[in-house]
Amino acid sequence: MSVTPLIEMKNIHKRFGGVHAVENVSISLYPGEVVGVLGHNGAGKSCLMKMLAGALPVDSGEIIVNGQSVTIENPRVSRDLGIETIYQSLALADNLNAPANLFLGRELLTSMGTLDDPRMEVATRKVMHKLNPNFSNITDPVRSMSGGQRQVVAIGRAIYFDAKTLIMDEPTAALGPSETAMVSDLIKQLKSEGIGIFLISHDMHDVFELCDRVMVMKNGRDVGSFKVEEVTPDDILSLIIIGKLPEGWQPRNLQSDPQ
Amino acid sequence: MNFSVLLIKEKILMTNENSAYSKSGNAVSRILKASELDTRMLAMVGILAAVWLGLNFATDGIFLTARNLYNLSVQSSVVGIMATGMVLVIVARHIDLSVGSIVGFTGMMIAWLQVDIFPITASWNWPFTIVIGLLLGVVIGALQGYWIAYKAIPAFVVTLGGLLIYRGAAFLVTDGRTVAPMNTDYQLLGGGINGSIGATWSLLLGIIAIISVAILMYRSHKNRVNHGFVAKPMGIQIGLFIISAALILGFVWIMNSYNKPRSDIARGIPIPVLILIVTVIVMSMLTRLTRFGRYVFAIGGNPEAAELSGIDVKKVTMMIFALMGLLCGIAAVITTARLNAGVNSMGLLTELSVIAAAVIGGTSLNGGSGSITGAILGALIMQSLENGMVLLGAGSAERQVIIGLVLIGAVWFDTFYKAQQK
Repeated sequence: MSVTPLIEMKNIHKRFGGVHAVENVSISLYPGEVVGVLGHNGAGKSCLMKMLAGALPVDSGEIIVNGQSVTIENPRVSRDLGIETIYQSLALADNLNAPANLFLGRELLTSMGTLDDPRMEVATRKVMHKLNPNFSNITDPVRSMSGGQRQVVAIGRAIYFDAKTLIMDEPTAALGPSETAMVSDLIKQLKSEGIGIFLISHDMHDVFELCDRVMVMKNGRDVGSFKVEEVTPDDILSLIIIGKLPEGWQPRNLQSDPQ
Repeated sequence: MNFSVLLIKEKILMTNENSAYSKSGNAVSRILKASELDTRMLAMVGILAAVWLGLNFATDGIFLTARNLYNLSVQSSVVGIMATGMVLVIVARHIDLSVGSIVGFTGMMIAWLQVDIFPITASWNWPFTIVIGLLLGVVIGALQGYWIAYKAIPAFVVTLGGLLIYRGAAFLVTDGRTVAPMNTDYQLLGGGINGSIGATWSLLLGIIAIISVAILMYRSHKNRVNHGFVAKPMGIQIGLFIISAALILGFVWIMNSYNKPRSDIARGIPIPVLILIVTVIVMSMLTRLTRFGRYVFAIGGNPEAAELSGIDVKKVTMMIFALMGLLCGIAAVITTARLNAGVNSMGLLTELSVIAAAVIGGTSLNGGSGSITGAILGALIMQSLENGMVLLGAGSAERQVIIGLVLIGAVWFDTFYKAQQK
């Protein structure tokens, strides 16, 4: 492809003591593309994404953002590079309300340098309304919100700041059907706006509906990267569970026999 | 006093519910909801009022005399000032056991420099020693904060070490010798016979405070309307304003009703209490209006989320302890000025009163919630009991027993209250 990739991670390694959490993994992401990162719990996918988000340091390997080799020492650097992350744990301060969480670390200030709470509240209402029109109690501490509402706050935080790249770690795990559909629509919309998305998910339906490419990880290694049209859910499950494709595998889209 | 203003403005955890001026509930609860007063804070004011009335009854009316309330306000200022910092420390899930010892050490340093080293009558002496004392407090606090934040040693351990280190250091400054007397101008900061600002200034300050309340309330109202939020009903706003104004004027009136010995010259607001009021205003603004304040609460709510949100948690943590050190320095100034001496036992066991004030004032030991106003109310409740028991002739042993029981009772009440909220 002639377009510069948003993100290229090359030969990434990460060790925790004797455990090779991520071993020689390379992955790329282009504008308007959704790349699924799949695997068992502990396969290294969250760890890989945390290195991109600046939450974990890289042991060795290179991260290239927009053609520039970068060192992502902390979450601030990642954000400044236009990478926003929605963590599985949501990373919300439960005692603060939605606007405080949405702008955490990037508060809007008045001309006097103090927190501009009214402006943040108005902005939050707009974002929340776009994501979920029924969201009314945004000035309550997020502790008192439902799982779906908390998820919306976490997503709102990521999209408000014009991210170029989005990392979504199981964005629908805690959601009901209607909210899951909302997140799917949102992902499609963001994709059409040219945003690149890394999607960590266990839900095969999501993966096949949303992703352009997938990478399956097992024991810290990349055991298969494919375009989605090349594989079936069974192929992916096989990669996740035993780390290889079924016997006699052929790309799904190139199979001649009619299905 | 300006507490009332802060009480109204203060919203712990920024819970600014404006969606639900619900029609449910009785008239009282509707008014409470619309006024956005914190019910927990109101309960504390109620407890304080009950304590005062009870002690007044028990002491045959001595407790609520202008003279005693004046003394009570001076006695509360040292613990109150430190408690405002302890709130932030505890909100951020830490503890500081060393504050009493820091007061002892910085106080001894101030006294020693002022009396033994520099010429005592020089006009630069006392301001200069104050600056040194405050800087020393900041450095000690920052140093402890560094070990806690960057070396990941639990605050309990670092400040327990600090409790011993600075208590010992306080002794070593003069080998235990008491240093006295302090500079005569400096003594005013302790709120002694001349350490208050007189009737005219007190009244003037009171009026300025009332005007400020009016302006603040008006601006907050306008701000809400401009942003299309539901404004508080006008009647409630006027009611809140009248209550605030009455409390401020009442405070000034009491302070102006206590005369200097053998004269009819009114004392007015004591200087240490002014320092406390300024501290409370600054600390409340820091907590509610600045990034620093918000980050302290975010760290207390979820340290990992704070880190992932790009907050420099280590730096903020170190700053919290440096700020605590600064407040200890201020407390040391007032203590030495009040005693008119440097004594190495200054601040002994004060850490317990300070932590108790914060906790009684609703600061959760689990972190993430607490308020400056609450801590001041906590300090007032504690000091009122202490003061009242002295009036009743109770010895220090009995007082310790009672205060200890009150502390446990307060935390039990807090737990009970939170359970009710759910």
